[in-house]
Amino acid sequence: MTNKLLEVKNLKQYFGSPKNPIKAVDGISFDVYEGETLGLVGESGCGKSTTGRSIIRLYDITDGEILFRGKNIRDAKSRKELKQFNREMQMIFQDPYASLNPRMTAGEIISEGFDIHGLYKNKTERKEKIGSLLEAVGLNREHANRYAHEFSGGQRQRIGIARALSLNPSFIIADEPISALDVSIQAQVVNLLKQLQKEHKLTYLFIAHDLSMVKYISDRIAVMYRGKIVELGTADEIYHHPIHPYTKSLLSAVPLPDPMSERKRQRIPYVHEQNNGSEKVHEVLPNHFVYGTDSQIKKWTK
Amino acid sequence: MSKKLLEVKDLKINFKTYAGLVQAVRGVNFELNEGETLAIVGESGSGKSVTSNAVMKLIPQPPGIYADGQILFQGKDLIPLTEKEMSRIRGNEIAMIFQDPMTALNPTMRVGKQITEVILKHKKVSREQAKQRAIELLDQVGIPMPEKRFSQFPHEFSGGMRQRVVIAIALAADPKLLIADEPTTALDVTIQAQILELLKDIQKKNNTSIIFITHDLGVVANIADRVAVMYAGQVVEYGTVNDIFYNPRHPYTWGLLGSMPDLKNNVKEDLRTIPGSPPDLIHPPKGDAFAPRNEFALAIDYEHEPPMFKVSDTHYAKTWLLHPDAPKIPIPETISKRIEGYLKEAEGK
Repeated sequence: MTNKLLEVKNLKQYFGSPKNPIKAVDGISFDVYEGETLGLVGESGCGKSTTGRSIIRLYDITDGEILFRGKNIRDAKSRKELKQFNREMQMIFQDPYASLNPRMTAGEIISEGFDIHGLYKNKTERKEKIGSLLEAVGLNREHANRYAHEFSGGQRQRIGIARALSLNPSFIIADEPISALDVSIQAQVVNLLKQLQKEHKLTYLFIAHDLSMVKYISDRIAVMYRGKIVELGTADEIYHHPIHPYTKSLLSAVPLPDPMSERKRQRIPYVHEQNNGSEKVHEVLPNHFVYGTDSQIKKWTK
Repeated sequence: MSKKLLEVKDLKINFKTYAGLVQAVRGVNFELNEGETLAIVGESGSGKSVTSNAVMKLIPQPPGIYADGQILFQGKDLIPLTEKEMSRIRGNEIAMIFQDPMTALNPTMRVGKQITEVILKHKKVSREQAKQRAIELLDQVGIPMPEKRFSQFPHEFSGGMRQRVVIAIALAADPKLLIADEPTTALDVTIQAQILELLKDIQKKNNTSIIFITHDLGVVANIADRVAVMYAGQVVEYGTVNDIFYNPRHPYTWGLLGSMPDLKNNVKEDLRTIPGSPPDLIHPPKGDAFAPRNEFALAIDYEHEPPMFKVSDTHYAKTWLLHPDAPKIPIPETISKRIEGYLKEAEGK
């Protein structure tokens, strides 16, 4: 069994007034193992991006624990510890237009990380590092002097990836990294992410709403609905043997490039059942978790 | 044989910019019958939106120029029409559904008024009748409690509901042709599926023709009868939905199909990508615009633009690979295997 890199325990992230909070993430638990890709899917507003942002400490969490390599991320108080943490965990953002500073060159954007962390000895080494990062993501060394607006969407996302890689992280949170890109460019970026994962032994938390890409890139998938993880299992299990009715509904809505089966497509609508609060996570099959009440689970697994 | 509603012939559209003349649409041909759905697919910048906006005559002039071609709607060319004549057709006979329901609605105007506005402009009815019709429309597009919703503002609606309102506005004057420019791209998959069902329902009831613009091939397979694949301002492959998905002939179509993961047959190998990025349309490349990105490009591709070769009566592709003297290049294995899988499944059922 590989090691747990990240453990999320009963994470809660509420926004708004404490009296009447918006429960963006409402008590979720999951582990991410070293070297794997965990896909996090759900509709907009289900809390998937909030989860990613809470893990990387962009928000102060309301309740729960996030352990990274066994250490609680909230315990890291000193500057040194925080820097170490930031080096290990990086993020790739959704919008390649908004996430790059238009007044900085690609080289400056990529090198900002190791300027802060002082990870080079002299200027030549710094330049060399920028060059090799650009090449690693399929751009040219000469691109270092260009500004963000001189790049296409796919190229910008590559710069975002190079920036995330600049500190040699072990864990990358990719928050909808491809949804703003064209189909052919999506494939390029997904292939790049897979290749980098192999080369650098990276672990990914891949957040997306496009189930087909998530299925393709992930080893395991967690399905979120209204701030809860309703189902978690291996990608094949989730795709071929979903148990929770919400997962089934979500899968039934994904159109495939096969016109004959599309003509017969039957969408399964999802009706949310209000429960009394007795629902919990059940391990229905080994490593396949479903959230619901005892009677619901019985009904769904029949 | 159903009646032809729209025929676009050799349409060319340019834009004057400081950098030079952008040839956004470079000779597009397609036709659309009554009650039929044509999907236009392609990457951003391929000219699919410009083509559809051109049919609505929504290209601003200047900087846009209708350089050549005809847009025959019910046999009548729309290009020479004046703005006044066009406003009688726009919204009335041809209506449009825009991509982003968040920006397509007026945030300061009640939803009901945005619908009755269209009805009152195009139909000779009283305000009361227009209101009744608007409520019917809201009901028809699946908005619960239409009487109450009629007097609400757009911000009180969710994304999916707003897109339904946009569709209701488009349907207000019973158009014969509906142009939907990426109507589901901004929506969640479950909502997308509902909107696609709704459009198909409406089409069946009213015998509306639809031009559906998208880059999602799954959506195309779901909704289209015919497909036009666009690249660099031209249609590079044109055929029925079965032609395009089960017998694709253009390398660009192969690239598009290959860049989608194959979920059914569970293949985990790398996705086929189209290397590079689309060409600059200020200086379109000599010969076949796709050649620099095409792994199967022939020497002639860099010299002469290929014509549309006929594959079958319904299926055409613009690639020299279909010339009788060209080397026989089969469909790449990853895609042919996938298609085999789909066809087997269809037989099995």
